[in-house]
Amino acid sequence: MTSILTNLFDGVAYGMLLFVLACGLAVTLGLMNFVNLAHGAFAMAGGYVCMLLVNKSGWPFFTALPLAFVSAAAIGVLLERTLYRHLYTRSHLDQVLFSIGLTFMSVAAVDYFMGSSRVFINLPDALQGQFDFFGVGIGRYRLMIIVICGLLTVALQLILAKTRFGSRLRAAVDDPRAASGLGINVPQVFAFTFAFGCGLAGLGGALSAEILGLDPYFPLKFMIYFLIVVTVGGSSSITGPFLASLLLGIGDVAGKYYVPKMGPFVIYTMMIVILIWRPNGLFGRTAAR
Amino acid sequence: MSAASDVGYHAQRHARWHFGEIAFWVLVLACGFLFPSRYLIMTDIVRLALFAMSLDLILGYAGIVSLGHAAFFGVGAYSAGLLALHGIIAEPVLALIVAGLAAMVLGFATSFLVIRGVDLTRLMVTLGIALLLEALAERFSNITGGTDGLQGIEMQPIFGTLAFDMFGKTGFFYSIAVLFLLFLFARRVVNSPFGLSLRAIKNNPLRAAAIGIPVNRRLIAIYTLAAFYAGIAGALFTQTTAIASLDVFSFERSADLMLVLVIGGTGYLYGGLIGAVIFRLLQELFSTITPQYWQFWIGLVLVVIVLVGRERLHRWALFVPNLIIKQVAGRKAVIAVPESDA
Repeated sequence: MTSILTNLFDGVAYGMLLFVLACGLAVTLGLMNFVNLAHGAFAMAGGYVCMLLVNKSGWPFFTALPLAFVSAAAIGVLLERTLYRHLYTRSHLDQVLFSIGLTFMSVAAVDYFMGSSRVFINLPDALQGQFDFFGVGIGRYRLMIIVICGLLTVALQLILAKTRFGSRLRAAVDDPRAASGLGINVPQVFAFTFAFGCGLAGLGGALSAEILGLDPYFPLKFMIYFLIVVTVGGSSSITGPFLASLLLGIGDVAGKYYVPKMGPFVIYTMMIVILIWRPNGLFGRTAAR
Repeated sequence: MSAASDVGYHAQRHARWHFGEIAFWVLVLACGFLFPSRYLIMTDIVRLALFAMSLDLILGYAGIVSLGHAAFFGVGAYSAGLLALHGIIAEPVLALIVAGLAAMVLGFATSFLVIRGVDLTRLMVTLGIALLLEALAERFSNITGGTDGLQGIEMQPIFGTLAFDMFGKTGFFYSIAVLFLLFLFARRVVNSPFGLSLRAIKNNPLRAAAIGIPVNRRLIAIYTLAAFYAGIAGALFTQTTAIASLDVFSFERSADLMLVLVIGGTGYLYGGLIGAVIFRLLQELFSTITPQYWQFWIGLVLVVIVLVGRERLHRWALFVPNLIIKQVAGRKAVIAVPESDA
């Protein structure tokens, strides 16, 4: 019984992490209809920045996390202004090719500068180990992830639903022409959203170094996971990808624990079945227009 | 002249063998005799060309973007490997066809998943299938050899007479023959009314359905055929290299394949062939500059191609040949890449 609860807890933490990693993609892919397979590269950038700051420069972990967010967002806004914005109107094939190219470049570049082996971030003592909570083993680090990601999710939902920026974004997505006619600076809204999504990915990358493992192949290894979250979750709201991430996280952890031999088999089968059953995602009206 | 006969006339003219095409194949064959020390790399190019042609059938003609075409390549490769390893079908040509059929069956089964949904869902499903197969191949390591791959494959002579030699001469001419035969068939298919209906579907599925083309059935048919081609390419890989390892399913293989096709251009069959040559030469060049990090340059090429624009790039590449044709023949150039890329 307790092992089930522990697994559930780990799965929730894993799912929350996936959500933070992928929700930027939910915006670019779902809302802006841009197939960005290079999303994991931004996560990797954040992770490596955090690793360098903590391990090499001796920054405290919690100060390095916002820096990971900022640096990934900065890279995101730079690339968006110089490269991505030319491709919004292009075909999906072009977008796929472009972002695969970027992914390959990022993998090789990180490999060149950082070496190909897996890196670890030195965590503060307060985050290590686990404690018992009514007999359920709870990892401190995972608890922190759940808290951070939970707060982020609530904040995102509020931003999207309640603020002026949120309504601008939704308007820009629904009908860019009408929105710009109403005086909304659509490219600016998109650029900001893109950068924010990249920043979240960077933060997720920094947090995931401990759980998912951080190496130069990160963008390729987890690309499919991000895509699963978005396509299965749909994109009409934040809730869809959130629930999809939780489902994926719990499913993956449980799958690896109870049927270790089947490995990633469970996840892929689940995804294909869901996509056949509901091609537009479990919770979405339309995954892509 | 009525519209229908007009279309027929143009389609027929387009389907005729041009001088340039014959010259192309003579050149390919000549390469076999001109560079006897390069059989291995040339065989590699031929395999890649066949694989790219298979993707061209669905991407260039039917407009299906696939990120998991390596799935069929892998199935073909492992089928051919297992058939040879256990001596079930020792004769290579027969084994090749059987391996192709195995991939075809998978293609037919998965085509029903692929025709559902839009671009994005297709990307995911194709990618998912390839990953699934990779996981399966790793899981059933007692059959596939796991991460070590299939080892100790010994190929029997083709038709019982032509043995594979260590320089790869037989392998090369065998691959060329297979490529040419399959090319002929593909050429016939894409120039048939069936092929024309595929183009109609690619341009506008809704309108195609409205004029009575059974869209889904056509897509299933071409997807199955493309799977067969990819399976043959995979089987050729195993037969000429005598290994089959997990990387036949890898995502990089599918991604590289897209690059090959994009370099060569989609929708005129030769794209994959020309692209394969250029891709391998580029790869050789990059790996001599930076052995470990050639992937970076491959990525850069992809990004540049997309940013410059594929149509513009092809116009530039064809500028000189077209100029020559114009000067020599005094008429409008006949070489042109179809503008409507997927």
